[in-house]
Parts: sequence; structure tokens; C-alpha cells
Amino acid sequence: MGAQLRIYRRRMRSVKATKKITKAMELISASRIVKAQQRVSASTPYANELTRAVSAVASFSSTDHPLTTTKENPRRAAILIISSDRGMAGAYSTNAIKEGEKLAALLRERGLQVSSFLVGRKAVNYYKFRNREMAGTWTGFSDNPSYENAREVADALLEAFLADSTETNLGVDEIHIIFTQFKSMLTQEATAKRMIPLEVVETSEPVPAGLLPMYEFEPNAEEVLNALLPRYIQARIFNAMLQSAASEHAARRRAMKSATDNAEDLIKSLTRLANAARQAEITQEISEIVGGADALASASAGSE
Amino acid sequence: MPLNVALVSPTQQVWSGQASFVSARTTEGDLGVLPGHTPLFGVLVDGAVSIKGLDGTTQEFNVSGGFLSVSNDRVSILTESVN
Repeated sequence: MGAQLRIYRRRMRSVKATKKITKAMELISASRIVKAQQRVSASTPYANELTRAVSAVASFSSTDHPLTTTKENPRRAAILIISSDRGMAGAYSTNAIKEGEKLAALLRERGLQVSSFLVGRKAVNYYKFRNREMAGTWTGFSDNPSYENAREVADALLEAFLADSTETNLGVDEIHIIFTQFKSMLTQEATAKRMIPLEVVETSEPVPAGLLPMYEFEPNAEEVLNALLPRYIQARIFNAMLQSAASEHAARRRAMKSATDNAEDLIKSLTRLANAARQAEITQEISEIVGGADALASASAGSE
Repeated sequence: MPLNVALVSPTQQVWSGQASFVSARTTEGDLGVLPGHTPLFGVLVDGAVSIKGLDGTTQEFNVSGGFLSVSNDRVSILTESVN
């Protein structure tokens, strides 16, 4: 076997091995999207009921709760970026991080300091590489978040929010969240949303009159709000994490599908090249033999 | 007229359906809800929530904290975890 042919064969072998890996990852992601989607839809009844409750309480009680009122002179804002732990998902993490950069720039323009809370190893590494300060990091659960994870993150954010921003450098007056919205199998979009102060009215359709009755509160409206709002934040973070997880799987599936397709193309063109090299080798061998036979024939003809 | 009850946790809808009576424990004490109850929003403490179905059978759930909201014969119980 000629050297050229051997090199082509070796490259084909390596591309084939890569293709097997990307194909496997594609199939794994494809099966996990479905599960992730089911978890998103399983968490919606709770989120819906909670949203309903918060809107009802907030619109029918006159209590000024710190979580619902906008501070006059905000000094510091927190951003929570939800990215992935692992790569191989195309631009998934990059998009979320970039959206975060955009939001941070916007907040700085308003004269706010920004402290960053990061979920997912990719975002953490991005900040670490640039030697930026991180207010809080969580890793290890981006593709399958549990409610406990969401609670941990929510507790840290709420603690920062309840700390006084004028005295310490830890307190924040606003909290924003950046996550990847799972719109469909094909579309996922990195989105930035303000979480605190609450924008309670979130439904796009107008609330019909009589839907939100005058509630009696037990023990009282303020206590109810105190108990309700942390849960609401947790549920929103949990929902954002679940959507991000579904988006991550979808992004990975797409990236791995195109990697598999590219590997197939590469194998095809390498096969062509290898065939041509083999043919060239054969042709050369034949012409060598014919040339040799010719030379022998003419040498023996000359000696007679 | 029966009550429409939904018992939901962050990860799933635990129970939903029609019932004739719901009882739960709020921070103020035990509370029973029958059809026609006034709109109410209560904070639950750890304890049992029991739902009496239309066929007379009672189902009990152990909840760890949560909320109960009643409006127009619609009862939603939100809790973080159910055993």
C-alpha cells in the first residue's frame, strides 16, 4: 500500500470514530429533550397558580412590600446568568453570556454597579478567564436541575436583595435573570428578564373582571406576601432553569447533528480521494510492468 | 356544587379533581373548606391536607408548608413537597 493511500485511510478511520461519538451524543440529547420538556410542562401548574396568587395578593392589598416596590435610587443590580456545564452545544452558552454582557452594559449606563451570579461551568469559566468578580456560582446541574438547586440560587439572591445596598457592597436593589427560553425544538432564545422588583402583571391577555376576587388573608396580607414572594422567585428561577436545560439539549442535538453530517461529508470526500490514490497506484504499477517488459523485449531483440 | 381542587408541587400536579370537602392546617389553625366558601388565601404549615372526594373517600397528603387559595369553589393548594 502506498503512503498516500495509507494516510487517507488513517484519516477516514479517525473521522469515523468522531462521527460515532457525535451521533451518540445527538441521540442522547434527542431523548433527553423530551424528558426536559415534560419537566417544564409538569412545573407549569405550580407556576401558574403561584402567579395567579401573587397577582391577586399584590393587587388587592395595599401593603408596600420591599419585593414589589421600586427603590428610588438603585445603586447595584444583580444578574443571574444560566448557562451550561458542558460544551458541544453550539452557541448555547455563548448566547446566554452575551445577553448577560448586553444587560450589564445597559445597567452600567443607568449608573448601576453590577454583581454577577452564575449558573453553569461555562459562564463561570468565562468570568474566571477575564478575572471578573463573581458574587455567586453554582455548577453541576445545568442539564437536569432540581427544585433544591433553584431554591439555593433563589436564597442567595434574596439574601443579597435584603442586604442594605447603601452600606455593604453585597446588597442589590434589582435582580435580573438571563436564561434561554425554549420556544420550540428549533428555536431557543436567550432572554433577559427583571425579576425583582416584581413585574407582577405578566399575562399578555387582559384579566377578566371577577377573576380575582376580594380575598380574605390568613393570617394577614403582609404575612402572606412575605411567605409568597420567596416561593414565587424560586418557582421562576426553577422554571428558567428547566427551560434552559431543555434548550441546552436542543442546542446540543442540533450541534451534534451538523457535526455528524459534516463527518459524513468528510468521509465521502476522503473515500473518493483514497479511491483515486489507489487507482493511481495501480496505474503506476501497470505502467511500470509494461515499461519493464518493453525494456526487456527491446534489450533481447537488440542482442539477437 | 362540588369544589374543584388542585394540589400542585413545583415538579408535578399531585392531585386534581372534584371534591366535596377540603381541610388543611394554616398558621391560624385547622381550616375546612366547603362549597360556597368565601375567597380566602392562607399560609399553610407542615401537616396533613385531606380531600374528601365526591364518592365519600378521603385522601390524605402530608405537605411541608405552602399556600391555600379558595375562590369561586376553586381550591388550589400549593406546596413545596408532598409525601
